[in-house]
Amino acid sequence: MKAAPFNYLRPASVTEACEALADDAEARVLAGGQTLVPMLAMRLARPSLLVDITRLDELGAIEDSGEGIAIGAAVRQAVALRSDLIAREVPLLAAALPNVGHPPTRARGTVGGSVAHGDPSAEIALAATILDARIVFLADGEEEVITPEDFFIGPTVTMAPMGGLLTRVIFPKRPSGRVGAGFREVASRRSDYAFASAGAQVVLDADGKCIEALLGIGAVGDVPVAVDVSSLAGTGLGEKDVQDAVEAALEDLECVEDLHATASYRRRAAARLAGQALEDARVAAMGEAA
Amino acid sequence: MKTNLTVNGQQVQIDVEPRVTLLDALRDELGLKGTHAGCEHGVCGACTVEIDGEAVRSCLILGVQCDGTEVTTIEGVAPAPGEMDIIQDSFCATHGLQCGYCTPGMILAAKTLLAENRDPSDEEIREAISGNICRCTGYGQIVEAVRLAARRLRESNAAAVEAGQ
Repeated sequence: MKAAPFNYLRPASVTEACEALADDAEARVLAGGQTLVPMLAMRLARPSLLVDITRLDELGAIEDSGEGIAIGAAVRQAVALRSDLIAREVPLLAAALPNVGHPPTRARGTVGGSVAHGDPSAEIALAATILDARIVFLADGEEEVITPEDFFIGPTVTMAPMGGLLTRVIFPKRPSGRVGAGFREVASRRSDYAFASAGAQVVLDADGKCIEALLGIGAVGDVPVAVDVSSLAGTGLGEKDVQDAVEAALEDLECVEDLHATASYRRRAAARLAGQALEDARVAAMGEAA
Repeated sequence: MKTNLTVNGQQVQIDVEPRVTLLDALRDELGLKGTHAGCEHGVCGACTVEIDGEAVRSCLILGVQCDGTEVTTIEGVAPAPGEMDIIQDSFCATHGLQCGYCTPGMILAAKTLLAENRDPSDEEIREAISGNICRCTGYGQIVEAVRLAARRLRESNAAAVEAGQ
């Protein structure tokens, strides 16, 4: 379990990082290393150069950019989890983050790194997909903005531009009204790679009726997917409403089979977790002032 | 690559290839064998150390990334040679270890938790050690150890002095 040799660069600026990435097709970005370093150890990745962006202040901010909450590529998951801005404005991401790895991996792992890696079971990628976040790369001196739907195309396969650097992920701010979010997953050990996961966000009116519901499923297929539960609008999110909507929404859900779980298990787990996540979201939204 | 860092309060310089993890640098360059190499790919938590006060897996960070940081390993936990700190002693008191392989990692994970939270619930203790595998104890006594350490820290004079009481 020792990595093959590589060079290491700690650039002083985003410009220097981009130049290094553009110059060497075998270079990789080191953002938090919580997935990349194991891949190096197992020699699943053999980059020529690691460009360490963890100390770039330009990439270290969580800010309200007007259009949304922009999370810089060097923002660690533990920092995002403690962020009042994220808790207030992006409740679904806040609900997903405690499920990401363990405290010692969240201390180093980044939000941007998780998105860039494109693991289908990644909670942050699922939250980004459900909320239709914007993934921003800098490549050839130009900014390229990619939607999660376009970005995630297979297990750890993404549309990241060649030689590009993910600079930030912009999550839309919560809608107005009573908003609640829920996130559920099942794994062999708490916070390990999930076999199935579900995230939900609902908006309720003053009477507790649903105005908008969003749902997404992760870890069951090649990519995280947002599914359509718009039929829940106008309902009180009762058990039967949710069950019917989830059943219809997951009808065409593609599930993979592996050593850990069968496809049919994943499908059943996804449906159950979706119902729980929607109920958690409803309860959280009911807790908000009408 | 030459890298300067502080390990257990002492400034040291290591000269390692970029591919050498902090874990291997601590064990092989600095002779600090108390940080255990388990799975070496971030699953078992045996190699947990503190970097700048946060529990981190030393197998998932390169030595060269630690330039300018302060690292605490299990060797730096005790107040003096031959002594144990409150957390270590609590693991002994509750029999929170058997073979001892996971123990340094468990203690560093507990140390980070207790620095932030002097009165953790069992749920919070389990969350803090959720990334650390123990194949002997069944975890019950480890949770008990951290609970006891938390109580001792709350009740100790040092804690009272720190809190300005």
